[in-house]
Amino acid sequence: MSTLSDPPKGSFRLSMLLNDTRYRSMTLQVIAAIALALALAYLYSNLAANLRAFGLNISFAFLGNAAGYDINQTLIDYTSQSTNLRAAFVGIINTLLVAFLACVTATVLGVIAGVLRLSNNWLVRKLMSFYVEIFRNIPVLIWIIIIFTIMTVTLPGPNEFRGDNATSSMLFDLFAFTNRGVYIPGPYFTRGFGGGEGSALNWLMVLALLAGSFFGARFVTARASRIQEATGVRPGTLLPNLAIWFLPLIAFALVFGLHWDIPELKGFNFSGGIKIGAPLIALWLALSVYTGAFIAENVRAGIQAVSKGQTEAAAALGIRQGRIMSLVILPQALRVIIPPLISQYLNITKNSSLAILVGYADITATLGGITLNQTGRAIECVLLLMAFYLIISLTISAVMNVYNKSTKLKER
Amino acid sequence: MSGTHEHSVAFVRTTEIPQQPAPSNAAGPIKWMRDNLFATWPNALLTVASIYVIFLVLSSTMPWILGGIWDAPSLTACREILQGESAACFAVLSDRWHQLLFGFKYPSEYYWRPTLALFLMFFALAPVLFFDLPRKLLIFTALFPFIAYWLIWGGTIWIPIFAMVGFIAGYFVYARFVAQNFALGFFGGVAGAAIVWYISSFVVAAIAPETPLLGAVPSRDLGGFMLNLMLGLTCVSLSIPLGIALALGRQSSMPLIKWICVIFIEFIRGVPLITLLFVASVMLAYFFPPDATVDLFLRVVIMITIFSAAYIAEVIRGGLAALPKGQYEAANSLGLDYAQAMRLIILPQALKISIPGIVNIAVGLFKDTTLVSVISMFDMVGMIRGPILASTDWNGVYWELFGFAALLFFVVCYGISQYSQWLERRLATDHR
Repeated sequence: MSTLSDPPKGSFRLSMLLNDTRYRSMTLQVIAAIALALALAYLYSNLAANLRAFGLNISFAFLGNAAGYDINQTLIDYTSQSTNLRAAFVGIINTLLVAFLACVTATVLGVIAGVLRLSNNWLVRKLMSFYVEIFRNIPVLIWIIIIFTIMTVTLPGPNEFRGDNATSSMLFDLFAFTNRGVYIPGPYFTRGFGGGEGSALNWLMVLALLAGSFFGARFVTARASRIQEATGVRPGTLLPNLAIWFLPLIAFALVFGLHWDIPELKGFNFSGGIKIGAPLIALWLALSVYTGAFIAENVRAGIQAVSKGQTEAAAALGIRQGRIMSLVILPQALRVIIPPLISQYLNITKNSSLAILVGYADITATLGGITLNQTGRAIECVLLLMAFYLIISLTISAVMNVYNKSTKLKER
Repeated sequence: MSGTHEHSVAFVRTTEIPQQPAPSNAAGPIKWMRDNLFATWPNALLTVASIYVIFLVLSSTMPWILGGIWDAPSLTACREILQGESAACFAVLSDRWHQLLFGFKYPSEYYWRPTLALFLMFFALAPVLFFDLPRKLLIFTALFPFIAYWLIWGGTIWIPIFAMVGFIAGYFVYARFVAQNFALGFFGGVAGAAIVWYISSFVVAAIAPETPLLGAVPSRDLGGFMLNLMLGLTCVSLSIPLGIALALGRQSSMPLIKWICVIFIEFIRGVPLITLLFVASVMLAYFFPPDATVDLFLRVVIMITIFSAAYIAEVIRGGLAALPKGQYEAANSLGLDYAQAMRLIILPQALKISIPGIVNIAVGLFKDTTLVSVISMFDMVGMIRGPILASTDWNGVYWELFGFAALLFFVVCYGISQYSQWLERRLATDHR
């Protein structure tokens, strides 16, 4: 027996496409698909017509041509005869470099400012909220320009370090702060891995050693926890950890002859050591202080999100003040802090595209700036640029999703 | 009682002691300072260090600011007045005041027009921002975009009038059909407005006077802080409806619509605004019909609008997700269709939750309008870096100019965020 609510079978009418909920969503989607296809076709036909009119075509062959311009700050080998693709890679590496540096310093600044905003000290609290409000409410672009101007206008030029009555001098004879950038001593190895001059292989070895130390230190901590669980006494971990971190590095440095290349004034400029250009420093500092203000707010919100009962319960269990913070409050606060923190990292990466303002050769300045202007390949360059940022963003948000899943409160 | 102790104790007080004020170190400013500034040794050190930092900053900047020169024609003249003393040359602000606010190409005899538009903006925004004001004022808010367009760009008055007529016609079509079906009313309204605009484009061409009442100003002549304000206000107001549509689309049960919205939102959020501005300046023109010339201002407005719409969509999605499921079910059980349920039940609550987030996006967007200086539009930062610092008169006046720009942005952004906090308290209807 069929109930009244059953629709009559076999009597399909055209109006049911709109009025029957079983078919309506399908109808709407078909309409949307057609509209989308029409819109895309319209844009494409415009594009084709415009390209024909200008006698252009879409081609990525220009990436193989010589770039023809110099880049002042590169981490990989690059000359003006290198290809546009290589220039883009230089840009990518520079973007990642400044983003990484800024992420680290912004986190440090943000955590300090965020914790101090909750301090008992009225003056410190007010100072920190002043910092946060000032830096959050002024565009990062203005901060970048201001810090770049400070670097280039107020710092002395290299020639002021010269002569007997020099007006400027190097800090500890190791660091030189000039308006072209900061010169710091650079480490190098006199003996290479497997003989010869020191090379990239040495640095890979150093990285490998650091990774090994990291796992070694984790092992020590885990072992200490195990012993504590079993016997109730926690063995000291400070000395073994120090040894694990530093002994291999020191041994490596001695074996392969680590030396420091001290910057020296030669002619009109400093040579030797590592030069950190003024644009990089301006961008790095500006992104750090700007994003640090946002991170401070996230940190404060995260700590305040942990209910007061947690602190009191921990105190009732007899845990010491410092350990309450590290064992009870922070692990719970981190779950609240980390997701917005990651999105701040994403913002740093995206804001690093403002490098073009101060002449730092990041991907936007090389691929989207000079290469675009020289080759006139606007569509290709902008598409590649977007693809790069999109890949970075999607990768980071994928990682963040995994993290969020793993730290989600597991309820019934 | 007193009798029992008469022989055992020497003295027993029989009257009450009058109440004494608390010891001076347990009340008043001293107690406050002990609690808040010098509670522990590290705390006291921090306080001293902070005072030292404040002293350093103030002692180096205050003489510089207070000794500033406000009246000089150029930097060299200013330095002559100062005679080697270190002080600010605020004269650049008074000398280039109009350029900073309006850009260097806006005709100086028309400066009153954007100024008037700015004042009208406060009246138009007031009923939107403060709910206690009479609702009738919203009529002026609806008129404001057309008035402001006419004031700033000038030209024939018929363009804004017919644009408004189109909206009114669309609204009447919508009101006629919305009781029947929301989609019919909405698309009917859009079609009605489009028809009116299409017809009026011929009418305007026919009746436009040779010399309009207000002289026309091309949009490439706009600049200065005015450009920042215009971009910020236009793009935020346009992106809120677009953001709502995207957020609803992302929640939709129809996979195709959902995926279109997801891809759009994630794509826009994944790239920096500056690449979108590059799209506006060098790429977007390829996607318009070959004979169409869409000016840079409009292209930038389009790109910034879709940029902020993607972010606002995410904020509103958060608001939608925060609503208890019972609200959706209650709407369904009342027999409301999708459009009714959204308009009457879901969106009012979801938008209320989203207000702080939307205001954050608006502040961020307003700050991001400075990025247009990268694609050689002369907004406030563009004016400073370009025409003013490059001029022979004021080459080298960095701090005064950037300090002024920073101050203007700070005042506006801080004001908006304070408003948002006030609004949040005001809208808090839950009983906590």
